[in-house]
Amino acid sequence: MIAVEALSHRYGSRVALSDVTFHVDEGAIFGILAPNGGGKSTLFRILSTMMAPSSGTARIAGFDVTRDPAEVRRRIGVVFQTQSLDKALTVAENLRAQGHLHGLSGSTLSSRMEHVMARLGLLDRRNDLVETLSGGMRRRVEIAKGLLHSPLVLLMDEASTGLDPRARLELWQYVEELRDRERVTILLTTHILDEADRCDRLLLLHQGKIVAQGTPAELRSRIGGDVVILDVSDPAALGQKIEARFGVRTSVVDQVLRIEIQNGHRFITEVVEAFPGAIDSVRLQKPSLEDVFVHETGALIE
Amino acid sequence: MNRLTATEPSELTGKRLEPGTRARLIGRANAFWLPVVTLWHRELVRFWRQKSRVLGVVASPLVFWLLIGYGSGDLGRFFAGALVLTVLFSAIFSTISIIEDRREGFLLSMMVSPASRVSIALGKILGASTLAWIQGLIFLAFAPLAGVHLSSPDLLPLVLVVFLVSFTLTGLGFVIAWRMNSTQGFHAVMNLLLVPMWMVSGSLFPMSTAHGWVRALMWINPLTYSIAALNHLLHLDSGPRLSLSLAVTCSFGLLLLILSGALANQKTTHSSA
Repeated sequence: MIAVEALSHRYGSRVALSDVTFHVDEGAIFGILAPNGGGKSTLFRILSTMMAPSSGTARIAGFDVTRDPAEVRRRIGVVFQTQSLDKALTVAENLRAQGHLHGLSGSTLSSRMEHVMARLGLLDRRNDLVETLSGGMRRRVEIAKGLLHSPLVLLMDEASTGLDPRARLELWQYVEELRDRERVTILLTTHILDEADRCDRLLLLHQGKIVAQGTPAELRSRIGGDVVILDVSDPAALGQKIEARFGVRTSVVDQVLRIEIQNGHRFITEVVEAFPGAIDSVRLQKPSLEDVFVHETGALIE
Repeated sequence: MNRLTATEPSELTGKRLEPGTRARLIGRANAFWLPVVTLWHRELVRFWRQKSRVLGVVASPLVFWLLIGYGSGDLGRFFAGALVLTVLFSAIFSTISIIEDRREGFLLSMMVSPASRVSIALGKILGASTLAWIQGLIFLAFAPLAGVHLSSPDLLPLVLVVFLVSFTLTGLGFVIAWRMNSTQGFHAVMNLLLVPMWMVSGSLFPMSTAHGWVRALMWINPLTYSIAALNHLLHLDSGPRLSLSLAVTCSFGLLLLILSGALANQKTTHSSA
C-alpha cells in the first residue's frame, strides 16, 4: 500500500533523510519511531504530498506522491501534529469545509460527518466554535477531519499529542478498529514507546537513516537478554572497570551506565559485590523499544 | 447531481467509499467549484463573526478622506482614492489571513486535499474580494458627502468596477502573501509597496500635476487606471480614458489571477510549506 524506495532529502547541505526504503502492507499499522530531528517530519511531509524529495520515490496505493499528488491526496487522510482547524468556525463547519475540499457534498457528506462525529464523541459539540474547545477535543476534530472522506491510508503525525491517557486509549481502539474492520492502512509517527509497541511494524529512524525495522517483538529480540541500568556518580570510569572485570560491553547514555547482558539478575549481584559503595541504584529490565533504539544508535528517543 | 444515494451501504455502516467510485460519481466541475464555494463561504462566515473588522477597514480611510478633503477644501478630489484605500485595506487584512492559515495549519489541510490548487486560490481570492467589495460599497454610500449624486444608470457600472478593483487588489495581496511566513513581512511590503503604489495612483494628486519620474511611475501604476475608472463613473476629474482604464484594470486582475494559480500550483522542496 505504501512503497518507499531509496528516499533521500536534503535542505541545502543538511541531510534530513538518507536512503530510506520500506514497505507497508494494506491493513497494517506502521509506526515510525524517532527522536525529534530524526527525519520523521520530513518523511511525513513527503508522504503527505507536501514536499518533493531530493531523490528516490514514494508510492501510495500505486501512485507516486510527486508525479501523481492529486491521486494520492484522494486516497490519504492526514492528521497533522500541528493544529489545522479554523478556530473561527464550528466543529461541523470545519468538517463540512473539509468534505467539500474532498469533493464530498449533500447526503454523502452529511452521513459521513455524522459517522465520524459519533465515532469521536463530537456530536454534542458539533455547533461549538473550535476556539472554545479544549486541546484534547480539538485533537479529536483533527482526527475526524482526517477520516471524513474514508481514506485508504491514514497518515498521522504525532496524532496523540495533547490527548489525555484515556483519550489516547480511545484513539488507539478506533485506529485498531479501522485496521481490522475496514482494512485501512495506517502510518503514524510517534516518540511514545507505548504507542510504538502497539504498531504491527516499526521503523526506527535516527538522523535521517533507518536504524532498524520489524515487528516490536523482532526489534526487542535484537537485544539478547536483559538490560541492566546503574546509577553511579562517575559512569564512564566505572564502565571501564566493569568492562575490564566482566568482559561485557557498557555504554553511558544520559548519565547512567547501561549494560546489555544475559541473566541480568546474576550479573547484578556480582557487580554490586565487586564495587561496593560505587553504585547508587540498580535497575533490571526486559528490553524496551527505547533500549533497542539505544542499542542501535547510542542515543535516547526522548 | 451526481451523488451517492442514501441507500449506499457504505454510508450506513461507515465503511469506506472507494476513491475511484467517488471520483466517477462527482463530476469534474463539481470537484472544482465545491472548494471554491466552500472557501469563499468560509471567508464570509469568519468576517461576519468579527464585525469589528468592518469598522476598522472603513473608518480609517473615511477619517483620512475627511481630513484631507476638508483640509484642502475638495472632498470630491480624494473620494475615489479613499474608496480604493478602503478596498486596499480590506484586501490586505483578508490576504494576511493566508499567512495565519499557514501558521495555524489550515492551509496544510487544504494543500493535502485533492482540491485543485487553482480552485483553492480562487476560493480564497473570491472570498476576500467579496469582503473588500462590500466594504468598498459601504464607502461608496458616502459619495453624497463628496457632492457626488449617484444616479441609477451609473450605479451598476460603479458597483462592478468596485468589485473589479477589489478582485485585483486581493489578487495582489494573495501573490504577496502566498510564500510569506510572517505577518511582519507582509506589513513591510504593505508600507514599501502597496501604500506608495496607492499614493502615486492619482488618489492624492492628479497625474497632470505630477513631476518627473513620479509621473512616469503613475503611468505604469495599474492602480492609476483603477482610480481613473472610478473617477470617470463618479463624474469627477480623471486621467486616462475610461476604456483604457477598464482595460488595464481587467488585464491586471487577470494577470494576478493567473499568477496566483501558478504560485499555488508550485511544488515545494523546502520545509516552510
